[in-house]
Amino acid sequence: MNMDHNYLEYPHRRHGMDHDRYAWSMLADRAPVSWPQGRSLALWLNVSLEHFPLDARGEGFKAPGNMTMPYPDLRHYTLRDYGNRVGIFRVLDALKKHDLQASLAVNGELAIRYPALLRRLHATGFEMLGHGWNMDSVHYGGLDPVRECDWIERSLTALAPYASKPIRGWLSPARSQSQDTPELLRSAGLDWCADWVNDELPYAFATRQGELSMMPLSLELEDRFIVGDNLHAESDYADQVIDACDFLLDEARRTDHGRMLALNIHPWVMGQPHRIKHLERVFDHFAAHSEAIWNAAPSEILSAANHAGPMA
Amino acid sequence: MTSPAGNIPKADPGLFDYWPYDSRPKISWPGGARVALWIAPNIEFYEYAPPPNPQRKPWPRPLPDVLGYATRDYGNRVGHQRMMRVMDKYGLRGSVSLSAATLIHHPEVIELAAARDWEFFSHGIYNTRYTYGLSEAQEREMIEESMALIHHHTGQHCDGYLAPALSHSESTIDLFAEAGGAYTCDLFHDDQPTPAHTRSGKRFVSVPYSLELNDTITYVVNKVEPRRYGQMIKDAFDRLYAEGEHSGTVMCVPLHAYQVSHPHRIRAFEDAMDYICGHAGVWKATGREIARHYLQHSYDDALASIAAVAKEDPA
Repeated sequence: MNMDHNYLEYPHRRHGMDHDRYAWSMLADRAPVSWPQGRSLALWLNVSLEHFPLDARGEGFKAPGNMTMPYPDLRHYTLRDYGNRVGIFRVLDALKKHDLQASLAVNGELAIRYPALLRRLHATGFEMLGHGWNMDSVHYGGLDPVRECDWIERSLTALAPYASKPIRGWLSPARSQSQDTPELLRSAGLDWCADWVNDELPYAFATRQGELSMMPLSLELEDRFIVGDNLHAESDYADQVIDACDFLLDEARRTDHGRMLALNIHPWVMGQPHRIKHLERVFDHFAAHSEAIWNAAPSEILSAANHAGPMA
Repeated sequence: MTSPAGNIPKADPGLFDYWPYDSRPKISWPGGARVALWIAPNIEFYEYAPPPNPQRKPWPRPLPDVLGYATRDYGNRVGHQRMMRVMDKYGLRGSVSLSAATLIHHPEVIELAAARDWEFFSHGIYNTRYTYGLSEAQEREMIEESMALIHHHTGQHCDGYLAPALSHSESTIDLFAEAGGAYTCDLFHDDQPTPAHTRSGKRFVSVPYSLELNDTITYVVNKVEPRRYGQMIKDAFDRLYAEGEHSGTVMCVPLHAYQVSHPHRIRAFEDAMDYICGHAGVWKATGREIARHYLQHSYDDALASIAAVAKEDPA
């Protein structure tokens, strides 16, 4: 059976993008961004705190890290919950030891399930981000916008009592969006989102409710991707992050354009006892280059980038 | 199954004859080089809302697959110029495997490549429009349109072809040869160019395009560590360089800016190029230059050698 002729028609073939979400531009061609105190590299660390329900339905698709075994998949349920009980405290200790700050992207349901965890997260004073309801509630193409709106509002309402400042940013579970997610995030009063991994600096993102900023949070450099999906050694994870840091520092100095390293960390991955020292080696490297690195909350980084001029 | 409706799939594509590596006439590259090195950056466009194809899903997640789309878009927004910087440093010109729609979406990227005297060859229209399910007339239209776009926007004749997303039909190579192409990158059976059979009987050549050293295959499919990828490139070079003392070999490094140009990966590629380009006897070529040289100097000898091998077989 042959394809219809419209398979060779291209209604969105035009200059720029084939959608209207953002303008086309290349990183190297943009006006330079500069960070406070003349630092070369903005360092955004994000720690994702996630709840993977045992009765995963996989509506839309199953987010990575989900249940894979026949019900009840105690193996994956407990390995994920480990991050919220044990792993997070190793990660927080490592941050504290290196005088680093991170943002905390937290599934809303965790605030209902584990208020004791949220009180401890609150005590860090770190910026908190919405991270969806749980890891079995992905925002996928075709999701009913009424349900999606409810998930977003419920998530933000649940986290609000524990956030030091009003929540401005969002990371969708599995970085997945429906056709309406950007509009719904804007309508919920959020300023920025981290889902699109197509850039290394913040950029302007259009919604029907007004402009959102996109703060790309690297997928290919995150622990779950490198250690979990690619099965690379923990030591190799550290090498890769260190190589990225060194490259971006060099590129920033060479071009006199500020760069950003955005690193997502999962306590259920790097919080394991055999992995935490490799995360600490990464933090040691950041500390060794502290004269050139500006470690800040993502909303501060976004403000500084905006301050440099209109975003791409 | 990509056989036209009603046809029985073939057990052998019939595109090349068996030709053992130990019995071939010597290939002499320009300047007596041992290895013809060519770098093939894929400059691709993946669509936000591609039409469905019953034989292959363009994106794994329900549309919009924001993660898949953004992962590829990174190459165009961030990656190309990092890769170009490394290639400039070592005097390497790219042979661009081009989603022809990129000429229209992102002419700024094309200008950067054209200014460096890079070659452009066809990789279809979009990397989310597959050959699967196309009639022969439709596939011909797609191939010819991609070649016409390349000529219109760059002034170059499109000499090479790599089917979009490596999606093929039984007629792909035939159609490209008939449309005026000189070489295909779609066959991975050799480390030297080889003649390829096409139904028109044109002088047509397969130029090695290594899938094993393709960054997307190594990083995405084989999940290789960045530093190991750099080492794999060096190891492949060492062997092809050694063998190239006796007869010229081809080394291709196919790249995708959305893979190789990540901050944790670009250094491994740079190290490998630094190592390779520190050797004398490396012909920094393009796909077109390799194909033309081979057609002019080695093709006829190759046909004779292949025929002689066939005669070894009992009748």
